[in-house]
Amino acid sequence: MFEIFGISSQALFSLLLLGAINGSFYAMMSLGLALIFGMLNIINFTHGAQYMMGAFAAWMLLNYAGVSYWVALVLAPIIVAFSGLVLERLFLRHLYHLDHLYGFLLTFGVSLLIEGAFRQKYGVSGQPFQIPDSLSGGTNLGFMFLPNYRIWVISASLGVCLAIWYVIERTRLGSYLRAGTENPVLVQAFGINIRRMITLTYMLGAGLAAFAGVLAAPIYQVSSIMGANIIPIIFAVVVIGGMGSIMGSIITGFVLGLIEAFTRLIYPEASAVVIFVVMVAILLIRPQGLFGVRS
Amino acid sequence: MRHSAAGLGFALAITFTGLAQAQTAGGAVKIGVVNDQSSIYADLSGMGGVEAARMALEDFGGKALGKPIELVTADHQNKPDIATSIVSKWFDADNVDAVFDVPNSSAMLAVQEIARKAQKLVVVSTGATSDFTGKACSPYGIHWTYDTYALAYGTGKVMVQQGGDTWFFITADYAFGHALERDTAAFVKAGGGKVLGALRHPFPNQDFSTYLVQAQASKAKIIGLANAGSDVINTIKQAAEFGVARAGSGQRLAGLLLFDSDIHSLGLPTAQSIVMTTGFYWDLNDDTRAFSKRFFERRKAMPTMAQAGVHSAVQHYLKAVQAVGSKDSLAAVKKMKEMPVNDFFAKNGQVREDGRMVHDMYLAQVKTPEESKYAWDYLKILKVIPGQEAFRPLAESECPLIKTR
Repeated sequence: MFEIFGISSQALFSLLLLGAINGSFYAMMSLGLALIFGMLNIINFTHGAQYMMGAFAAWMLLNYAGVSYWVALVLAPIIVAFSGLVLERLFLRHLYHLDHLYGFLLTFGVSLLIEGAFRQKYGVSGQPFQIPDSLSGGTNLGFMFLPNYRIWVISASLGVCLAIWYVIERTRLGSYLRAGTENPVLVQAFGINIRRMITLTYMLGAGLAAFAGVLAAPIYQVSSIMGANIIPIIFAVVVIGGMGSIMGSIITGFVLGLIEAFTRLIYPEASAVVIFVVMVAILLIRPQGLFGVRS
Repeated sequence: MRHSAAGLGFALAITFTGLAQAQTAGGAVKIGVVNDQSSIYADLSGMGGVEAARMALEDFGGKALGKPIELVTADHQNKPDIATSIVSKWFDADNVDAVFDVPNSSAMLAVQEIARKAQKLVVVSTGATSDFTGKACSPYGIHWTYDTYALAYGTGKVMVQQGGDTWFFITADYAFGHALERDTAAFVKAGGGKVLGALRHPFPNQDFSTYLVQAQASKAKIIGLANAGSDVINTIKQAAEFGVARAGSGQRLAGLLLFDSDIHSLGLPTAQSIVMTTGFYWDLNDDTRAFSKRFFERRKAMPTMAQAGVHSAVQHYLKAVQAVGSKDSLAAVKKMKEMPVNDFFAKNGQVREDGRMVHDMYLAQVKTPEESKYAWDYLKILKVIPGQEAFRPLAESECPLIKTR
């Protein structure tokens, strides 16, 4: 083993790997947030609650219905996506033409209600959720012991992020979506049901948050406050990445996971604020974000 | 997708403010319970602590000095600034006589100063730092259930005696974690052990894998967890995932502060065999069981030591006020220090001059799933630590109240 700046390569490799794993959550979450913001013009503060609901949906499916992790991984996002459908149809659609603030306040209020309800019923300490048997155990990489489950998390996250990127950037459906973001009136004139696309986008974003929640369930306790803990970081990631490209959100998510991990190695006390320091710096230097386009 | 980032930046600027419910009162004894009802300590303290205070009022007959006792409660969300603004208002505008529970060491130290100025009582149950009755002690402050010194004495000292002579700490980066790490390290060193390192994590935190991997690489025999609530739950859970401190690895975890609610949340398969120190366990004897079952009826959970401590503290305060015949703070404190504490929580407990309530502590080990016979059957008591041993001796106290004697 060798040393870089007095840090053993062993510590460095393991931290970078763990950073990438955390980054994969940031990437999935910020991708959904960026999609919703782009299409709906809504700052979806409910995103953290939807992440938490995904984890709880998986926990409930397992404990009340005996549904396995793998089935829950598909079912839970669908359930949460449909709850998103209700939210979008009942409330959000009235706010699209208004200032960002209205959408933000509504989704913030809704997330407080949802989290409060779960806290009332389940407390804050969380429910245990075991890693599925097929993914338990781990691999000794020489420099660290890597649990198989974390390998699965990073691959699943990358797979989903890249699939969404492909759909939006490389398919006809994605081109409608992008066009709808640029000029909804014109796209509607071509006979495309833009309203349905908006609803589907919100469902996709909510489902993505829930998917991340199910992935997180065996790592963290399934807890009513898990969403509230992660949401400020996700917002910072989106601000840093900018709204310009889907790939921007994905890359920023992973990179910030790495920056955070590196901070944990050299000065752990600052690891909670480092992302916000980066955010402030980016806002000063490049207000539209790293990958954003100046409006 | 061309919207500016500024709107999102705004979202981050929102802060959450606390809600307090309070009414004014004339003459009646008025008690406030301020604790964490929404953040990571809400299960071990929170509404359970409020319920314990309510039960104490009912058990006392609901009246003191001939008038109905009033109870106000508030959520400080683990934020010292919210805690101080709530308690200031209670003391200055709402005629609250005494404040109870106060989790979060930073908040409890801040509230200690508010109470000192207002010349009103603060009786801490959930809060942990031993500085509360050490260098920050006050004639109006009483520390009831446990403190970082007692935890360190219980768990730290025993683990060193069992051969755990090299330590690595994973510490919550605020007053509580620092105090617990400091007090434990002192016992480790006094026992001839060595502290190989410590990592301070932001409070609260979710992912502990990076810290655990470093703790593992340190090769320390004991990884001391100087954090609490969901933080310690996630640390233990992720340690299991990463194979840190697994059987045969030569490393062990020491949960320096664990509550029954944490074990309940982790489940015995993950929490089994962890050694811990506690000030109360629901299944100790008939008295503790009787109280705990009543509590369970209301909360659907057994009381943690913090919640049981609130009941005991409130009752003792009410007895003192009744005995003195007035709400005068200093007179009440004097009486509380004179009267021994004898209830389901403590036998012959004594509130010392520095404000420390000295009572027996328990060294316990989490049962294995096979050993656990019924719901909430989580701990086996390894040893009763006599109060005189468990808490910092007055001779070592930094409390100015003692030094000026």
